[in-house]
Amino acid sequence: MWARLADEAPRFFTYYNGIFLLQAMGATLLLSLGGCLAGSFFGLLLVLLRKTKGALFLVPRALAWGFVEFFRRVPPLVVLLLAFFASNLVKMDVSLFLVALVALTFVATAFMAEIIRAGIEGVHPNQWDSAATMNFGYLRTMLTIILPQAWKIILPPAFSFFLLFVKDTAFASQLGTLELTYAGKVLTSRGFTAVLSYGSILVLYFALSYPLARFGAWLEDRLAPSGNH
Amino acid sequence: MPHLEITNLDAAYKSQPVLSGVSLSVEKGEVVSLIGPSGSGKSTLLRVLVGLLPPRKGTVVLDGTPVDYSDQRSLRALRDRCAIVFQQFNLFRNMDVLRNVTIAPVKIKKRDRREVEAEAEALLAKVGLGDKLRAYPSELSGGQQQRVAIARALALRPEILLLDEVTSALDPELVQEVLDIIRLLVGEGMTMLVVSHEMGFVREVSSRVALMSAGAIVEIGSPAQIFDAPKTERAKDFVAKILRAH
Ligand SMILES: Nc1ncnc2c1ncn2[C@@H]1O[C@H](COP(=O)(O)OP(=O)(O)OP(=O)(O)O)[C@@H](O)[C@H]1O
Ligand SMILES: [Mg+2]
Repeated sequence: MWARLADEAPRFFTYYNGIFLLQAMGATLLLSLGGCLAGSFFGLLLVLLRKTKGALFLVPRALAWGFVEFFRRVPPLVVLLLAFFASNLVKMDVSLFLVALVALTFVATAFMAEIIRAGIEGVHPNQWDSAATMNFGYLRTMLTIILPQAWKIILPPAFSFFLLFVKDTAFASQLGTLELTYAGKVLTSRGFTAVLSYGSILVLYFALSYPLARFGAWLEDRLAPSGNH
Repeated sequence: MPHLEITNLDAAYKSQPVLSGVSLSVEKGEVVSLIGPSGSGKSTLLRVLVGLLPPRKGTVVLDGTPVDYSDQRSLRALRDRCAIVFQQFNLFRNMDVLRNVTIAPVKIKKRDRREVEAEAEALLAKVGLGDKLRAYPSELSGGQQQRVAIARALALRPEILLLDEVTSALDPELVQEVLDIIRLLVGEGMTMLVVSHEMGFVREVSSRVALMSAGAIVEIGSPAQIFDAPKTERAKDFVAKILRAH
């Protein structure tokens, strides 16, 4: 085995394969980062809708609820396949990458909405009541009082989700999106041993998620000792 | 004309009725205390008054103007004139003391920031916290937090102050410092509706005491009448219980 690896390594670690892997890593990075950022943004919007009160927002509230429940329950791979067939059906001329990004963003949005909602509900209800009796409106209460307190409750589960999500982007390979997992398949199909192909993929996934985990830990640390609680 | 007149108020959480036929009028400068067993509806009454729970029935008239709780304008006008302090978690945990006190006057009432800050500093000095302007709630004792909460309520320049067991969550040694502030306000003639378990204090500061039981006011009168010569059976029971407890 070692002999075979040693024999194959010079053919594997070529400039061409390096570029190929870096491109794939870039795609995984974009899918992860794009999905996490867009998912957090749209997840927050959904929560803002869901926490409204009164008949005026009944329909958007119900839609937001439905969206979250649906996309949290359907496996990410199924969402990706659905998005793929939907984009074929309407004959949209969009790249596979974009289809994958949109589908993954749907998934991230649903999960982030739940995480953000739980964080918001962790803030003491008297904070809402105090604000209301001082004539604060809904958005002002949310943005200046509730979210600034909720985000430290949100942060730890959000980062665990981000780390899982980096791995979920691998499902995009099933559509044929060139990202890390797909690159692994391509390399093995070119005859390289799985140890080298998937081994490199593994290292590259780690290179993506480790800094993310460190960043999360750093943010949490920075929050802990501040007077801001 | 009463400052606050409550007539035949009903309220419920979901389908569970909590207040039934509550009537109470509070004159200007009067301190009316609400006492009664746990679950009798004291907090609920205050919550209904400030519009946190819409009443099912009945009327509330503030200074001659009826309050329409289903109308945002009317509700805002009411909240401009009535301030409430809860048992705990009043202060915004993400803001320092000064910002807690100034945010509503500046952002909601659109008053001049410098004027509001000067007033806030004076109020905080009055409650004995002139040196804590930059502290966060988590850096204050429970008693200090409640004193800031009272200062914040006063910064809204309310005509009526509602206090819901503002000392109940405090360690015994911190209760007096908060009661002292309330005494100060009583002395200044602030109209107040106070829920409290501190019976000695209730007796001392109240113009009248209302005893609640099972969502209704069962007896109302001077502190001497309620504590020394209660007329109804419920009131006799309750007073006997608190006497035994002390
Ligand atoms: N958020 C709520 N949802 C449903 N029921 C509630 C809620 N808050 C209070 N209740 C019920 O309403 C009734 C009155 O409660 P309330 O808090 O007004 O009593 P209280 O007199 O303030 O009691 P305490 O002295 O314990 O503070 C109780 O039976 C209580 O269980
Ligand atoms: Mg209560």
